[in-house]
Amino acid sequence: MDTSKIIFYLLGGFILGMALLAVTEKKIFRSAIWLLFALIGIAGLYFWMALEFIAAVQIIVYVGGIVVLIIFSVFLTHQAEDDMPKTGLSRKIAAGLAVISGAAFTIQLFLNNDFNLSAIPFDSDVARIGTAMLETGDGGYLLPFEAVSMLLLAAMVGCIVIAIRPEKSEKNDSENPPSFSNPPTRNPEPVEGILY
Amino acid sequence: MNYLQEILVISTALFFIGIYGLLTRRNIIAILMSVELMLNSVNINFVAFNKYLYPNSLDGIFFSIFIITIAAAEVALAIAIVINLYRNHDSVDIDSTTLLKY
Amino acid sequence: MNYAQYIPLLLALPLLSFAILGIWGRKSLKKSSGIIGTMVLLILTIISIAVATHYFFIGEKLNNGYQTIFALNIPWLDFGYKNLSIDIGLLLDPISVMMLVVITVVSLMVHIFSLGYMKGEERYPTYFAFLSLFTFSMLGLVLSANIFQMYIFWELVGVSSYLLIGFYFTQPKAVAAAKKAFIVTRFADLGFLIGILMLGIQAETFDFLTLIERLTNAESTAYINMHTTSFLGISALTWALSLVFVGGAGKSAMFPLHIWLPDAMEGPTPVSALIHAATMVVAGVFLVARLFPIFHFNHTALNLVAWTGALSALFAAVIACTQTDIKRVLAYSTMSQLGYMMFALGVSGYGGESGLGYTASLFHLFTHAFFKSLLFLGAGIIIHAIHSNDLKDMGGLRHALPVTHLTFLIACLAIAGVPPLSGFFSKEEILLAAWEGNRMIFTIGLLTAGLTAFYMFRLYFLIFWNRPATKVISKEAPASMKIPLIILAAISLVAGFIPFSQLVTTDQQPFKSSFHVLFSIAPLLLVIAGIFTAMHLYKNQGEKAAHLAQWFGKFYQGALHKFYIDEVYLFITRNIIYKIIGSPAARFDKQVVDGGVNGLGNGTRFIAEKIKALQNGRVQWYLLVFLGGILILSFIFIGWNKI
Repeated sequence: MDTSKIIFYLLGGFILGMALLAVTEKKIFRSAIWLLFALIGIAGLYFWMALEFIAAVQIIVYVGGIVVLIIFSVFLTHQAEDDMPKTGLSRKIAAGLAVISGAAFTIQLFLNNDFNLSAIPFDSDVARIGTAMLETGDGGYLLPFEAVSMLLLAAMVGCIVIAIRPEKSEKNDSENPPSFSNPPTRNPEPVEGILY
Repeated sequence: MNYLQEILVISTALFFIGIYGLLTRRNIIAILMSVELMLNSVNINFVAFNKYLYPNSLDGIFFSIFIITIAAAEVALAIAIVINLYRNHDSVDIDSTTLLKY
Repeated sequence: MNYAQYIPLLLALPLLSFAILGIWGRKSLKKSSGIIGTMVLLILTIISIAVATHYFFIGEKLNNGYQTIFALNIPWLDFGYKNLSIDIGLLLDPISVMMLVVITVVSLMVHIFSLGYMKGEERYPTYFAFLSLFTFSMLGLVLSANIFQMYIFWELVGVSSYLLIGFYFTQPKAVAAAKKAFIVTRFADLGFLIGILMLGIQAETFDFLTLIERLTNAESTAYINMHTTSFLGISALTWALSLVFVGGAGKSAMFPLHIWLPDAMEGPTPVSALIHAATMVVAGVFLVARLFPIFHFNHTALNLVAWTGALSALFAAVIACTQTDIKRVLAYSTMSQLGYMMFALGVSGYGGESGLGYTASLFHLFTHAFFKSLLFLGAGIIIHAIHSNDLKDMGGLRHALPVTHLTFLIACLAIAGVPPLSGFFSKEEILLAAWEGNRMIFTIGLLTAGLTAFYMFRLYFLIFWNRPATKVISKEAPASMKIPLIILAAISLVAGFIPFSQLVTTDQQPFKSSFHVLFSIAPLLLVIAGIFTAMHLYKNQGEKAAHLAQWFGKFYQGALHKFYIDEVYLFITRNIIYKIIGSPAARFDKQVVDGGVNGLGNGTRFIAEKIKALQNGRVQWYLLVFLGGILILSFIFIGWNKI
C-alpha cells in the first residue's frame, strides 16, 4: 500500500465520479463543468503514468479548447438558464441495463486475459516524440501528421461554411414588401458554398 | 508495479458511462459531452497498452495525439451543425429531429 | 430429273412474297402488291405445269409406273427416341403433282380476280400477303415427305384461313367466324396429332414412304404390333387411323365437324373460292389419299371414312336445298362434294382396277376445284353487282351480267353432272366405284346426285330467271374479273377428257378405265329430273316452291335451320365446358392462385406495418439497438467459450 497506489485510486475515483455527475446533471452548464473536472482528472492520470507530453496536450486542447467551445455553444443556443428536458424512465432503464451488461462483459474479458507485460521501462521523452513525428521511415509519423493537418484545415473551413449566417436584405421597400412573389434580391456576388 | 488491468477497468467504466450519457440525454450538446468522455477513455487505453505492453515503440502515444486533434475538429464541426439546427428548428432537443422516419 | 431442283422454288417464292408484301406492303407497295402477288403466282403456275408435264408425260417410268422423287431431304429435328426425326423433305408423286397444278392454277385465277374485286380496299397489300402465305402453306402441305411436316403445314393452312376469314376484322361476325373455324379445326387436329404419334412410334419413323412400307408389310413388327394391341376392344391401327381421319374430317368439313364452313363465308368471296372450295378443304381428302395403303389394311377405318363421307354428302345436300344466302348454298354444296370424295376413297380397293375409287375421288377433287371456284367467283360478281348476298334480292340477272350468266351456267351443269362436262366424268367414276364397293353407299350417292342437280339449278334459276330484272347497282365487273371466269369455264368444259386413270392410281401403275354407257343412265335420269323440277319451281315467279316447303313442314324447318347442329354445340359448350370445366377452373385460379400471390403481398405489407415502428427516426434508439447487437454478437462469438 504505497503512495502511488493511493493516488491512483483517488484519481480513478475522481474521474469516474465527475463523469457520472456529468452525465446525470440536469443543468447543462454544470454538466459542462463536471466534464471539465473529469478531463482534468484524466490529465492527472496521465501525469501519474509519467506521460507528461500527453497530459499537457490533454489540458491545452481538451480542457482549454473543447470545453470552452462547448460552453460557447451552450450560450449561443440559449440553453444556459433552463433545466434540460427529462428523459423517460424506460429509456434510462434500457440504457442502464445495456451499459451494465456491456461493462461487466468487457471487464471480465480482460480480467481473465493474461497480458504478457513487458519489463522494459517506458521512455516517453518529448524529444523522442518530436523526432518520431517528423520521420519518414519505419516508426515515423510524417504522413499522418500531414493528413491530420489537412483535416484540420478542412474542418475549419467546414465549420465556417456550416455556421455562417445568411445575408439579410438591406432594402426597406414599402411598396413591394418581400414575399413569395417578390423575394429579396441577393448580393450580386454569390457567396460561395451556401447550402440553402 | 503493474497497473495495466486497473487502468483498463477505469477506462472501460468511463467508456460505458459515456455510452449511458449518449443514450439517455436529450440535449444535443450533452450528447456531445458524452462522446468526449468515450474518446478520452479510448485515449487512456492506447497509452496504457503502449506503456505496459510495447514500450519500444511510440504508437500508442501518437494515436492519442491524433485522436485528441481529430476530436477537437469533430467537436467544432458538431457545434457548427448544432448552431445551424438551432437556427432552423429553434430547439436543440434531439427528439425534435426525428424527421427521417416512415 | 433436273426439274426437281425447281421444286423448292415453289415454296420459297410465295414465302418471300408474303414477307415482302407483309413488311413493306402497306408503306410503299400499295398499288403494286396485287401485281407482285399475281406475278409470283404466274411463275409458280408455270413451274407446276412444267413439272406436271415432265412428270406424267416425259419422264421415265419405273415398272411402268410413276416414280416418287425426293426433291429435298434435310434432317431437321431428331427426337433421339426410336430413330424418330422430322426431316424437311419435298416429295413428288402423282397426287402431289396433281395437287400442285390445282393449287397454283386456282390460286392464280383468284389472284387475278382479286386485282379487280379488292380494288380500293385499304388493306389491299395485307390481303395479297395473306394469299401468298396461304399458297405457301398449301403447297408445303402437298409436297411434304414427312407426316409431321405435313402437320406443320396443316396448322399453317389453318392460320392462313383464320387470317383470311377474319380479314374484315371490324365486323364481329367475321371475327366470330374466323375463331370458330380455327377452333373447330384445331380441335380436330388434336386427334390428328395423336394419330400421327401412334403411327410414328409404332413404325419408328415419320417419313411417309417408310411409314407406309412398314405398316403394309405383313412381316414387319410395326404391322404386327398395330394389329394385335388393342384398347377397348379396338385395335391400335384402327384407333390411329380413325384419329388421323378425325383431323382430316375437321379440315374437310365432314359431319359433325362441319359447322365452321358455312360461317367461313364471312370472308371475302375470292378467299372463299380459293380456300373453302378448292384447296384447303380438300386437305383432308389428300391426307386419306396419302395414307391410303395403310387404310386399305383396316376395313373399320375405311368404313368410317366411307360412311362419314356419304352421310355428310346427303346431309349437306338436303340443307342446301333450303338456304337463301348464295354463299351458304355454295358452302353446303362444297361439303356435299367433299363427302363424295371421301366416300369414294372409302369404297376403294387397292391395286389396278380395284383402286377405281381412289382415282375417281382425286379426279373429282381436280374437276371440283375448277368449277366450284368458278361458282364462287361468279357469286362474287353477282354480290358485288347487287350489294347483297340474299337470294330474295336477286332475280332476272341474265341480261345485266351476261358473261357471269354463261360461266355460272357451265359450272352448274358441271357440278350437276351433265355430259360432256368434267363433273359428269368424275361423278360417274365415283358412282361406279361405289357400285362395286358398297351398294348402300351407292344409293346414297345416287340420291345426292339428284339433289345436287336440284339445288344448284334452284340457285341458278333464282338468280338469273324468276323475276323481271332486279336493279343492278354496279356494272358487271371489269375485264380482269371476267378473265378468270372464262378460263375456269373452259377448263370445266374439257377437263373431263383427261385420262386420269393413266395418271393417278393407288399403286402408281396406270390402268385403262372403261366407260359404261348403260351404267350412267340412272344417274343421268335423276340429274335431268332434278334440273326440270328446279326449272318448274323456280324459273318463273310463283308460290309453287313455298307450297312444297309447307308440305314438307317440320322437315323443311329443320333443314332451314341446318338441323340445329350449331345449337347443340352451343349447348354443350355453355353447359358442359363453361359450367363444369371452365367456371371451377376460373374460380380456382382467382381464389387459390391469385389469392396466394396477393396473400403473399398482403402478408408482407402487414408485417411491414408492424415493424416499421423500428425506424422511428431517433438516433439514440438506433444507437441502443446497435449497442445491443454488438453485445449479443460479441457474447456469441467471444464470450461463449469464456463463460
